[in-house]
Amino acid sequence: MTTPAATSQPTKAPSGPMTDISTLITNARLIDPEAGTTREGAVLLTGGRIAEVFDTPTPEVTNATILDANGAFLAPGIVDIGVKVGEPGERHKESYKTAGLAAAAGGVTTIVTRPDTPTPIDTPEVLSFILERAEDDSIVHTLPMAALTKGREGREMTELGFLLDAGAVAFTDCDHVVSDTRVLQRAMSYARSLGALIMAHPQEPGLSKGAAVTAGKFATLRGLPSVSPMAERMGLDRDIALVEMTGVRYHADQITTSRALPALERAKANGFDVTAGTSMHHLTLNELDVADYRTFFKVKPPLRSEDDRQATVEAIRSGLIDIIGSFHTPQDEESKRLPYEEAASGAVGLETMLPVLLRLYHSGELDLPTLFRALSLNPAKRLGLEAGRMAKGAPADLVLFDADKPLVLDRSRLQSKSKNTPFDGARLQGKVLGTWVAGTRVYGGA
Amino acid sequence: MRFDQRHLLGIEPLRPDEITTLLDLADQYVTLSRRREKHSNVLAGLTQINMFFENSTRTQASFEIAGKRLGADVMNMAMQASSIKKGETLIDTALTLNAMHPDLLVVRHPHSGAVDLLSQKVHCAVLNAGDGRHEHPTQALLDALTIRRAKGRLHRLNIAICGDIAHSRVARSNILLLGKMENRIRLVGPSTLVPSTFGEFGVEIYDDMREGLKDADVVMMLRLQKERMDGGFIPSEREYFYRWGLDAEKLSHAKPDAIVMHPGPMNRGVEIDGTIADDINRSVIQEQVEMGVAVRMAAMDLLARNLRARPTELSA
Repeated sequence: MTTPAATSQPTKAPSGPMTDISTLITNARLIDPEAGTTREGAVLLTGGRIAEVFDTPTPEVTNATILDANGAFLAPGIVDIGVKVGEPGERHKESYKTAGLAAAAGGVTTIVTRPDTPTPIDTPEVLSFILERAEDDSIVHTLPMAALTKGREGREMTELGFLLDAGAVAFTDCDHVVSDTRVLQRAMSYARSLGALIMAHPQEPGLSKGAAVTAGKFATLRGLPSVSPMAERMGLDRDIALVEMTGVRYHADQITTSRALPALERAKANGFDVTAGTSMHHLTLNELDVADYRTFFKVKPPLRSEDDRQATVEAIRSGLIDIIGSFHTPQDEESKRLPYEEAASGAVGLETMLPVLLRLYHSGELDLPTLFRALSLNPAKRLGLEAGRMAKGAPADLVLFDADKPLVLDRSRLQSKSKNTPFDGARLQGKVLGTWVAGTRVYGGA
Repeated sequence: MRFDQRHLLGIEPLRPDEITTLLDLADQYVTLSRRREKHSNVLAGLTQINMFFENSTRTQASFEIAGKRLGADVMNMAMQASSIKKGETLIDTALTLNAMHPDLLVVRHPHSGAVDLLSQKVHCAVLNAGDGRHEHPTQALLDALTIRRAKGRLHRLNIAICGDIAHSRVARSNILLLGKMENRIRLVGPSTLVPSTFGEFGVEIYDDMREGLKDADVVMMLRLQKERMDGGFIPSEREYFYRWGLDAEKLSHAKPDAIVMHPGPMNRGVEIDGTIADDINRSVIQEQVEMGVAVRMAAMDLLARNLRARPTELSA
């Protein structure tokens, strides 16, 4: 019961000609987030796993297809917690097929999906349905999260036990904060007895209601309804108190403000089973990027001040914030082409996350092992998965990328059905050359 | 043979020897009740009033039969339909009662501690027929009698109490009684219904039912008290039954001769599978009802003896 995800992970090994043949990736620069190193070497993939990690760039191996990486970086594939797929109900925004393609193009080898679909994923029946859809259509590992309360309405917990048995890896109401503290306490207590992981959105719902931007000079100038960054800390403080009461395994989906960090630090120092994530957008953009009411920059929680962005990057560097996610939220043009307050929140990110985050590498803010600790190792560990490691025996979920190649992002060329990225036209450096899922190349093949 | 209580407000004040005294007497009343002629007159001339501020059918009937079998003048007051609806306070009700000179007052009340409060204001002996989620002493005593008759002893038994412990006065009284008699008690149920603070009562807590039932001599199921829940304690009845409902498979983890108890009324298919409840080799649920009358006869008999031993109190 302690690592429910480890047993329920579906093995994605499409029966192709490649599966039973060994692949040797030579001349690579291996990123090892566990050791915190980048070194030259080669990796042998056999039977869906990493059969060997070599410290020499061109080892002698017989019976293997050789792929020369030409000095590109090879890292454990990204495990992205909090991906929204539009099924059931909004398949026109994103299907399991397009989400899988977008993930593969972005070096994401496991997507952990959100239950905030129009029909919430809150019963074992709906969960089984989407698992079948994912199994049929997604070319990357797909693990579902389920709603914590029925209809994500914050009144009654879902059938956590049945959902766990059906394959849910975590429980979350996404951006719906369970405002009734007693309901949350009971759900946490019940989840604790199952060993289940709860992912919450730390936010004081009364303060954040209706807000479109973070309170401050910019919000005042633009005349937009705003929320104090303090609302995040208040939400986190309450949740941590409940964690102390119940002992539940808790993950805060997005910590984006400096004010919330001391609370997180205290909770960890006290030994509570607490982790936190943040989003690619809050690490690379700030509130001023909204500029002239550009709704593609409207995300939830809203973009923060530059000070908060820097504090969040520093928390990733120190390891206080454990996980980075794309919080991939596909929205169609109609839901974004509205006045800022009315426009839908969220941005697509599966495909853009790696090149966008490489900005932090190029600016010297984060090194690559630290980045992949937050992108691959930590999320895998939090879910009890074996992935996320550059080590013999680990699943052969890998991403090969050129960290320097320049590109101008063109949203019309994204694999996602929805094109709502704030990085359209952005000059980025970094390109995914290949993605392997369980030893099978799912992106960048010849 | 001693029984030094003026009231029966709970198990908490009782000594183990008082419990044994009461159960020994109840055994005699089982014998009496099984005769064609069931009448005794140990309560003759005494007035028994049953005041139920909360709906009850079986407990009220059991007290009524017990009193009538012992020759008391029994009267039922359905308090939900009476003056409390018109705004009378509990203490005013007590004063009104005093004027009627009852000798035995049987009270059920939805609020914990209310029976205790009433007992301080009336001149008669008070029997608690269940107060809120506090105590239900005659239920624990009838359960004890049932166990003692089925197992031949009331000590050193593994007893699993399962289900909605948090809302259950039956569970509290049973934990106290079975603990005083030196049994090993396990509480089994979801953490939302078995708060960890129960661990301070010297019991073991399990949320896995199979572990909790392992080698149990007695499996005591509790009713899921839907009327006391304001939602959100369990995900659904079907998940509850799957994880904590007693079925043959889960019962197989208990001892082969383990008995199954339920205070009633049952939610079949929620906390207990109907076939288990009806299995005459395992279920003692019908015996529990029978023991209930005998235990109440014994309790009222003992309290009446103490009442008669005291000088008559002021009669205003």
